[in-house]
Amino acid sequence: MTPVDFLLWVAYPYITLTIFVVGHIYRYNHDQFGWSAQSSQFLKTDPLLKWGSILFHYGVILVFFGHVGGILVPQGFYPMIGVTEEMYHFGAVWFGGAAGAAMVIGGALLTIRRLRNKRVSTNGSRKDLWVLLLIGIVTVVGFTNTAWYTATGGEFDYRDTIGPWFRGILTFRPMPEMLATAPWGFQAHVFTAFTLFAVWPFTRLVHVWSLPLEYIKRRYIIYRRANSKQTNKKAQ
Amino acid sequence: MKIKAQFGMVMNLDKCIGCHTCSVTCNNTWTNRPGAEYMWWNNVETKPGIGYPKEWENQEKNKGGWEMRNGKLSLKAGGKANKLLNLFYNPDMLDLDEYYEPWTYEYEHLVHSPEKNHQPVARPKSQLTGEYMDILWGPNWEDDLAGVHETGKRDPNMQGVDEKVKFEFEQAFMMYLPRICEHCVNPSCVSSCPSGAMYKREEDGIVLVDQDACRSWRFCMSGCPYKKVYFNWQTNKAEKCTFCFPKIENGDPTICSETCVGRIRYIGIVLYDADRVKEAASVPNDQDLYEAQLDLILDPNDPEVIAQAKKDGIPEDWIEAAQESPVYKLACEQKIALPLHPEYRTLPMVWYIPPLSPIVDAFNGHFNDLDPSVVFPAIDQFRIPIEYLANLMTAGDTELVASVLKKLVAMRTYMRSVDLGKEPDTTLIDEVGVSEQMARDMYELSAIAKYGDRYVIPKAHREQAEDMFAHQGSAGFDFMDGCESCAMNGEWKDPYEYSESYWSDVTGGAKDGRQ
Repeated sequence: MTPVDFLLWVAYPYITLTIFVVGHIYRYNHDQFGWSAQSSQFLKTDPLLKWGSILFHYGVILVFFGHVGGILVPQGFYPMIGVTEEMYHFGAVWFGGAAGAAMVIGGALLTIRRLRNKRVSTNGSRKDLWVLLLIGIVTVVGFTNTAWYTATGGEFDYRDTIGPWFRGILTFRPMPEMLATAPWGFQAHVFTAFTLFAVWPFTRLVHVWSLPLEYIKRRYIIYRRANSKQTNKKAQ
Repeated sequence: MKIKAQFGMVMNLDKCIGCHTCSVTCNNTWTNRPGAEYMWWNNVETKPGIGYPKEWENQEKNKGGWEMRNGKLSLKAGGKANKLLNLFYNPDMLDLDEYYEPWTYEYEHLVHSPEKNHQPVARPKSQLTGEYMDILWGPNWEDDLAGVHETGKRDPNMQGVDEKVKFEFEQAFMMYLPRICEHCVNPSCVSSCPSGAMYKREEDGIVLVDQDACRSWRFCMSGCPYKKVYFNWQTNKAEKCTFCFPKIENGDPTICSETCVGRIRYIGIVLYDADRVKEAASVPNDQDLYEAQLDLILDPNDPEVIAQAKKDGIPEDWIEAAQESPVYKLACEQKIALPLHPEYRTLPMVWYIPPLSPIVDAFNGHFNDLDPSVVFPAIDQFRIPIEYLANLMTAGDTELVASVLKKLVAMRTYMRSVDLGKEPDTTLIDEVGVSEQMARDMYELSAIAKYGDRYVIPKAHREQAEDMFAHQGSAGFDFMDGCESCAMNGEWKDPYEYSESYWSDVTGGAKDGRQ
């Protein structure tokens, strides 16, 4: 293991994850007003937004669960619930591929809209574009890896390497050697993804944490006291 | 019974001259900021017309408000699961073009233009993009029927009115409709907000957006059938009419009311039974909603109501204000103020006295000594078709609108006989069941309209907010939530607690109106 490997696959992940966690706590406590999805649907409702946003968001949700299933859940778990290697690969290639494709196409449509629509480009921030670009790189690199290595039955198995490495990071038992030997495509995907984690708290991406699932349980009408303790606390 | 107080407003359309002073002062106070230029929390529409935003009343298209679905009160745009599935793209949302693209003029050009053959002009420039633009639609584009022979056909209220005839020049009619947020008792915007950022104030029913909690999911905008929740395109947050709560809390009328030159607006509170809101909004027949809403509002002079109101924490001076409330008088006692589009089932709290209009040549100018058998059939000959007013205010119930118009005519006839020093003529008011006292009250409130009668606004009890001195030394170190009960005079309540019990389903289980 070279110092570069240590830097890339131990230090960098921990630095970026620290920024990710601390950044969110800081922003949540200091910038509730800026914490939003920053929808631009109001500026222009067009098919680019409709299909772009729907494909991208549903794609990204599936991709997230795909990563949970492929990286976070250990390989040994699947035989225990009766999922064979073939079944796993079939799911990874076809469902993962479809989700990745949806995300790439959706992201592309959103990027086109953001660049081409005068209203959106004028009023959107430069930061939004950088975030889109970063997500684009992470996605395209990850998607091509999935498509290429998995579909062609390449030698490299991310479930033996990247999976344990990632779980090692989360459990404070870093294993940089697991990634040091990975193909550069996977390395690039991991590196850019952690870069995205570092900028995440300071962008509109924070809206991910505001997915309003509590709405399902909530009653329709909300009453709030003007003089409630919360309001008073805020005013101070 | 759980009694709550609620601010309401009545607008006497008979006296609206369409001057837009309310809109302008509201805009100067609240919305002349970047991102809010296009917002008119108060706007005055000429009716008939499609209004602002375009066709806001067309709920088949916009899906605002509530509807009865399988016998249950449900959001017209779909329930909670539906909202979450459409989180990434709201299919019912109107975009900026449905309001209008805000613009400014290139004024500098008038000063900096080089010498030319032609006089320099200030061209309009979009405030969104900074580009030159052609102005194709704007706020109040249909002022005084401009273009309405075209757009008016898309006015949903024209249903049942002979369109062809009514847009002919000789038959054309118009009226003004000033609009603010209705501060509904059963607000669909609040119900549509997935983040829980919108709420009704427990004390006075004013509907507000918590800008810190808004996450820009946009369902309030499509959920409000009156299209009175706006999107600030700079901050990406929802904004709406605040009923000028800083003024109201201080006992002052809203800025739109204060500056109304026609003195058409009345502000007061009503007491209502919060336990029966859902029931009232769920009556099967649209035309029964008006009665259900009146029924929900409680008589502030009833000793039982007073006792319960005190028990529910409504201060003494608020109960007195409810007894003096012009809104209660006009809407519930005299029954001459009607809600706007009750069929949206939001139980709106801005009420309208429908306008009289010239009678199409029936009496040759002799109006006073006529018996009801002549006058009342002539209500149908008012220039503004009764069907139109009914579509606007009574879910199509023409009899109800006619009864209000009759009262207005009868009151005038009676007061004229009084003013002329004749024997008071009670023929007409007897016919519509208005007592002499009530006729005089109606006259006082609508014709004299003294400031103190128009605005009966109890001040907010801020002093109860946090009485620090009273609890000095009584609570120890306040860590996290500390001593919840003592910090708030023992009155502090979980803001969600009440709404939880309010919408709890008796039949069990169903949280979504659709089930």
